[in-house]
Amino acid sequence: MTGRGRAQDGTPDGAAQGGFWRRLLALTRKEVRQLLRDRSNLAIGVALPVLLILLFGYGISLDIDNAKVAVVVEDTSPGAADVLSGLQLSTYLTPLPVRSMQEAEALMNAHAVNAILRVPGDFSAALARGDGRLQLIVHGVDAATARVIQGYVGGALAQWGSRQADRQAALRAGSGTAATAAPFGSVRLEPRMWFNAANTSTWYLVPGLIVLIMTLTGAFLTSLVVAREWERGTLEALFVTPVRTTEILLAKMIPYFVVGMLGFAMCLLAAHFLFEVPRLGSLWLLLLASVLYMFVALGVGLLISSATKNQFIASQLALLTGFLPALMLSGFLFDLNNVPLVVRIVGQALPATHFLELLKTLMLAGDVWPIVVKDCLILAGYAVLLLGAAQRVTRKRIA
Amino acid sequence: MTAFLFRLLALIRKELLSVLKDPSSRVILFVPVLMQSMLFGYAATYDLTHAPYALLDESRSPASAQLLAHLDGTGFFRRVATLQSPAEIAPVIDNQRALMVVRIGPRFEQALMGGETAIVQLILDARNSTTANSAAAYTSSVIDAFNTEQLQRRGGAAPPLTLQTRAWFNPNLETRWNFMPALIATLSMLQTLLLTALSVAREREQGTFDQLLVTPLSPTEIMIGKAIPPMLIGLVQSTVVLLVTRFWFGIPMAGSLATLYVGLAAFLLAGVGVGLSISALSANMQQAELYTFVLLMPMMLLSGLTTPVASMPRVLQMATLANPMRYGIDFVRRVYLEGAGLSTVLPDILPLLGIAAVTLPTAAWLFRHRLV
Repeated sequence: MTGRGRAQDGTPDGAAQGGFWRRLLALTRKEVRQLLRDRSNLAIGVALPVLLILLFGYGISLDIDNAKVAVVVEDTSPGAADVLSGLQLSTYLTPLPVRSMQEAEALMNAHAVNAILRVPGDFSAALARGDGRLQLIVHGVDAATARVIQGYVGGALAQWGSRQADRQAALRAGSGTAATAAPFGSVRLEPRMWFNAANTSTWYLVPGLIVLIMTLTGAFLTSLVVAREWERGTLEALFVTPVRTTEILLAKMIPYFVVGMLGFAMCLLAAHFLFEVPRLGSLWLLLLASVLYMFVALGVGLLISSATKNQFIASQLALLTGFLPALMLSGFLFDLNNVPLVVRIVGQALPATHFLELLKTLMLAGDVWPIVVKDCLILAGYAVLLLGAAQRVTRKRIA
Repeated sequence: MTAFLFRLLALIRKELLSVLKDPSSRVILFVPVLMQSMLFGYAATYDLTHAPYALLDESRSPASAQLLAHLDGTGFFRRVATLQSPAEIAPVIDNQRALMVVRIGPRFEQALMGGETAIVQLILDARNSTTANSAAAYTSSVIDAFNTEQLQRRGGAAPPLTLQTRAWFNPNLETRWNFMPALIATLSMLQTLLLTALSVAREREQGTFDQLLVTPLSPTEIMIGKAIPPMLIGLVQSTVVLLVTRFWFGIPMAGSLATLYVGLAAFLLAGVGVGLSISALSANMQQAELYTFVLLMPMMLLSGLTTPVASMPRVLQMATLANPMRYGIDFVRRVYLEGAGLSTVLPDILPLLGIAAVTLPTAAWLFRHRLV
């Protein structure tokens, strides 16, 4: 920070104070015109969020249903059919009867099925001996789907196992033989999903989409605005006028802020009416959070823009620091609980992570004050830091 | 013919210079790829490890202790709190201190001893329902194992039925194996697309494109000259990710390098075609950047990178047929993990060449015919 810069800003007499609003208004009008002149800007700020949320809200889902399983039954006895009956009941699996192992393997290689369940020829005989073995081959490339299939098939067979045990117990009781072991009950798990009664991934993906969309409008639209003026030399022309850096930056923020908040409102409406994502927290807190994040995103864009002074570098940086981390490291898709410590630290350092946590909590869980206060403070801190840095970087170049 | 090659080489040289002469461009094209492939490689996992859980054990019996020993022994969970009363459940979940609360009722042991069904309640924070579901599934498998063991210990028969699971191409079912090969295609595509999209737009904005048009270069030559440098840069980026995948994460490569590079070249050609079309359409860099991002978001999310294409609604599955990223990712996964040969992956390569065959001539035509 140079002394000159401070002196320049530090002489507010009455006339300069009055001039502030006038200059800001004039500059803002210029920025708004510039934004509106290119219709694609407005379309992208407002229409794009709606398009994206529609596309992704319906399009991406981490819920797996109708996974196809080729079933090869080499044993035609009724025992085998009885074991497999549990599979038919599951909505998650679509069993596909196949005649031979070769055929099943060909289907798997062609990605037509996700797994093969094989009932070996001696299955019934082995089962009678208490040593029945079924073979499940999963296509491991899509590891998440493979795990789910493994779980479902295992579950369906376990159900058969417990039915079988009940039957045998009934038989034993019927034949009057004394029970060989003392009765011992079994443990049953009763899971309850809090905050996501519908148990659908859409509910947590939609808040993530809002984060992505606001990052897009905030950081990307602004990442070029200052760099462009540097490249064209018009910023130097602005510097010889009485306007101050703060006023230039404020004027650049205001139109994009409005566009970003319009986009946010669209997203919120879509989340509510189309996807029926609940909003248990207060609307005011939600608005506060989004205003704070909008400042953060604008700060990122302006900082990149004024630091690089080059549109090409600025756009690459916006992609690398804004979009990709928000997609990969914010907890949008991959839960930060599961990642190694270093990655978790990087993730926690991103403003997007905190905004996402805040959105998910406010929409799905309600006003959980410790989280709301913590994340709002973090976002506010980032906003001050980033906007301050943007102002400082721009001012430095004048001196 | 020699004159053609000479002109083309001169243009390619100029394009490479204009991108690589700036030290910050050089850094931004090659360093982030390395960092991202490592960071994202570690981040990309849907598998639970050390998920925090809280315990409310109202039974405090040997039986509940045994069950908990099973749960703690898996490595999936770590206990972060031991609660004293049901009132403490809500705060612990609300504040995200624990992903789940295991609640064992006061009559747990009596119920078991009496031959009844003892219920263990599991309260899960489903703000991320995928994580919650896998936590429930893991816990349920722990309980199944506990039940079987108890039964056997008390003289019951071993379960008559066992399921033997084997996974093809990814023996331990690690998400990273699925994800890293996809990144070989994705990361190079992102920056290449943006690079290409800005290339003509930048010249338009700076006025140098008109100069290029009045040189003896034909639009086709300009198009080829503009297409080759980003492809080369993209191939270098892919190579960086490939090296990280193979040697840092140690994921074995099943297919042949030659096949992989043939496919990557087709993939990048399609990407460059899309990029050049965007570039030819836009009047300035801001427009080019916006159009790129508008395309990139759907391209990435509807590519099968993070969520399987098969889980999408039918209409969107059809839309992915026009998405070069979808073919690129599928192609790299097949070659890298499954060891597919060129003939097997033709259904991926042909559409990519098709996309290139449409977009590149469009771009060349637009160079001259766009009304600025």
